[in-house]
Amino acid sequence: MEHIDVSLVDWSRAQFALTAIYHWFFVPLTLGLSFLIAIFETMYVRSGDEEWLKITKFWMRLFGVNFAIGVATGIILEFEFGTNWSNYSWLVGDIFGAPLAIEGILAFFLESTFIAVMFFGWNKVSKNFHLTSSWLVAIGSNLSALWILVANGWMQNPVGMHFNPDTARNEMLSFWAVLFNPMAVHKFLHTVTSSYVVASLFVIGVSAWYLLKKREISVAKKSILVAATFGLASALFTGLTGDSSAKTIAKSQPMKLAAIEGLYNGTHGAGLVVVGMVNPSKEIDNNENPYLFQIPIPNMLSIMAKGKPDAFVPGISDLIYGNNSEGIIGVESRIVNGKIAVSALRDYKTAKKENNPEKQQESLQLFNKYKSDLGYGFLENAKEAIPPIALVFYSFRVMVGLGFYFIALFALILYLLYKNKIENKKWLLHLMLWSIPLGYLSSQLGWLVAEVGRQPWTIQDVLTTNFSTSQISSGMVQTTFFMFFALFTLLLIAEIRILVKQIKKGPEGGSNV
Amino acid sequence: MFENLSIEALQAYWWIIVSLLGSILVFLMFVQGGQSLLRTVAKTEDEKVLVLNTIGTKWEFTFTTLVTFGGAFFAAFPLFYSTSFGGAYWVWILLLFSFIVQAVSYEFRSKPGNFVGSSVYEWFLIANGVIAPLVVGAAVGTFFTGSQFSVNDMNLSRWMCAGHGLEALLNTTNVMLGATILLLSRQLGAMYLINSLDNEAIVYRAKRQIRYEAIPFLVLAVLFVLQIVISKGFSVDEHGVVSMVQFKYLTNLIQMPVVLILFLIGLVGIILGIFVSVFKNNPVAFWITGLSSISLAMSLFMLVGFNGTAYYPSTFNIQQSLTLQNSSSSHYTLTAMSYVSLFVPFVLAYIIYVWKEMNKKQLTTEMMKEEDHKY
Repeated sequence: MEHIDVSLVDWSRAQFALTAIYHWFFVPLTLGLSFLIAIFETMYVRSGDEEWLKITKFWMRLFGVNFAIGVATGIILEFEFGTNWSNYSWLVGDIFGAPLAIEGILAFFLESTFIAVMFFGWNKVSKNFHLTSSWLVAIGSNLSALWILVANGWMQNPVGMHFNPDTARNEMLSFWAVLFNPMAVHKFLHTVTSSYVVASLFVIGVSAWYLLKKREISVAKKSILVAATFGLASALFTGLTGDSSAKTIAKSQPMKLAAIEGLYNGTHGAGLVVVGMVNPSKEIDNNENPYLFQIPIPNMLSIMAKGKPDAFVPGISDLIYGNNSEGIIGVESRIVNGKIAVSALRDYKTAKKENNPEKQQESLQLFNKYKSDLGYGFLENAKEAIPPIALVFYSFRVMVGLGFYFIALFALILYLLYKNKIENKKWLLHLMLWSIPLGYLSSQLGWLVAEVGRQPWTIQDVLTTNFSTSQISSGMVQTTFFMFFALFTLLLIAEIRILVKQIKKGPEGGSNV
Repeated sequence: MFENLSIEALQAYWWIIVSLLGSILVFLMFVQGGQSLLRTVAKTEDEKVLVLNTIGTKWEFTFTTLVTFGGAFFAAFPLFYSTSFGGAYWVWILLLFSFIVQAVSYEFRSKPGNFVGSSVYEWFLIANGVIAPLVVGAAVGTFFTGSQFSVNDMNLSRWMCAGHGLEALLNTTNVMLGATILLLSRQLGAMYLINSLDNEAIVYRAKRQIRYEAIPFLVLAVLFVLQIVISKGFSVDEHGVVSMVQFKYLTNLIQMPVVLILFLIGLVGIILGIFVSVFKNNPVAFWITGLSSISLAMSLFMLVGFNGTAYYPSTFNIQQSLTLQNSSSSHYTLTAMSYVSLFVPFVLAYIIYVWKEMNKKQLTTEMMKEEDHKY
């Protein structure tokens, strides 16, 4: 194994996190607003009411500004797998490359072809063709989410593959297993529906501002009605898919689940911490209490993770040191096995080069015996397998808390719309406006839980983050980190300013005036 | 169907698909060519709006083709993806930056509150218009000239030159191909503008530009081709041993008649296209030149990939050069992806349909004034 440059790994992670976070400022709105626009336009085509057309065009204008910057920040992510994670690209490219290519062929072209019709086709194509195009843009953007989340789901739960010692990489065994990976299915549903929530909050917040300013009353109320209905259905579905994700995570990423809960010592009938604070001085090998305080629901974690109130949920200590009575092999033992696999692989390659079939066979047998722990051979210390607890613990709670808040907010808005009292509730209109950033916050926190919670792995149990980077200097990555930071920040400022101007201008008038 | 094909046949099939995507990308860079001409052919704000709204409805095709080209390379030849992107870091970052700024510039340029002002976004578009064809061309040039990288027993790669890709821009052959592609994209961009808008001043300047640049473009293209056919090439024998062989690419041309035909159609077609544009004033010039450039680019890709040739040569250690055989995905993945490739004709069909629907009328300033959404 070559020397690992920790600073290179950190900067590569920082750069990927930076570009992914920026990208994720724009994607949820694209995913959700595209459907809302298609719904608005459908209302127009079905009713012939010009006000729906005005509503469609207004949100489309905001969509266009957001879409452009989403595309700009997206291109870098695909190529970053190569530029910054080239070991990763080779070691899992046989599996990971496929969904990326399919995303291009099946989703991006659909999106980019019909978005031109959506924006520039009003006077060029028929009403129905235009409407179809708007729906195809929504479907295309959500299809692209499907494929990239299939790729991400596979990183969290690598299925349908094996390690080929001859090519020294992981290779695909079943495309269908990768596509219908339960982790991928849950991730896709959870991510897109939560994005619909973000977009609904955006539409509701902007419309609330109009109501506060006592302008565009009819446009705003119609927009709120559609968005709150869409938002409520989506938020409920997000909650359901979050619950089913818990079972998949318990199975394939028990360490992530333990980190989310701050659970050090596994137990039967584990409780779910609803509110709590983790103890910063708690380490795996001291006797400090893991929490400064906590309010748990008894047995709830066991139910959510395993479906039974008395099921055993392993804690961080069980996973690191092993737990014989529960049949858990600890990271410590797996590192030992992994090192044997790494050295057997090296011997196998050397024997092959030296044309020594006997030695080749012998090392291959040894490798096959320990290959399931190969990834662990790249860890030096068992404690490296523990992700940052506090960050994951708090992010998760804020995300879930906000999820419940959104459900309540959507329901309340719909009730008041039904009673025709919404314009009078100034406090609620303010709350609606200020809920826009909360949507983005919960969405970003969800990714934080998913990605930080699986550290130190890029591919769970298969490939460590440390071993995934390109072999370049950390100075190079530092330089590009700041270049991206500066450019994306500038573009974000421009985007927000343009959006604010467009919103202030309102649905009347063209986009460039 | 595909599962019965040999791994070599699948590798060849995927090389053809990657080549086709790369060649379509070269053609679609007429968008970049048009951008690079922005301040040359459009002098007033109205003219700029016309130019940007003409090529601007097509920028996403080029962008998406680039992304799909990268994705297909990743899926089919992951060792190229990891070696080249992870090694030639600076040159790829430069290309990506130019596309990042392109993506926002169309939408942001004319919007109030755009923070840095219209002219900055115009310069972003011009920068992308020059950098993208130049860098893509130079990168394809390295398929002939080689790069300094090493690949170890575990197929992990390392770049062995401190320039991390920028050195490719110092090689005259690479730069010649880069400049050729840049001038080609400007010819195509100008032809596209002539076809798509109804504005005398812009059309006049675009035509003038085609005439000015046609000769330098053709001279550069011929010089590049001459350089390639007389040069040594990276030949691979049946045991995977790489050696330098004089006139390798010329030999490939002669030994692969299909490639030779594509090559000749491409070269003659481009000359014909420019001739038609300059002397006959016929809108078909754009399509003759465009389709011919796809044909020519295809032949270049096939020249380096087939007939026992290393398509991504390492000049650090030629034995570590990448070939279709040693850099591809597994038989299973190539098979699965081949089924996905059956969707490509369907995708092409709807693109062509929408293109035709959207390009029925030539754009005028009056039409732009009625548009609700414009760049």
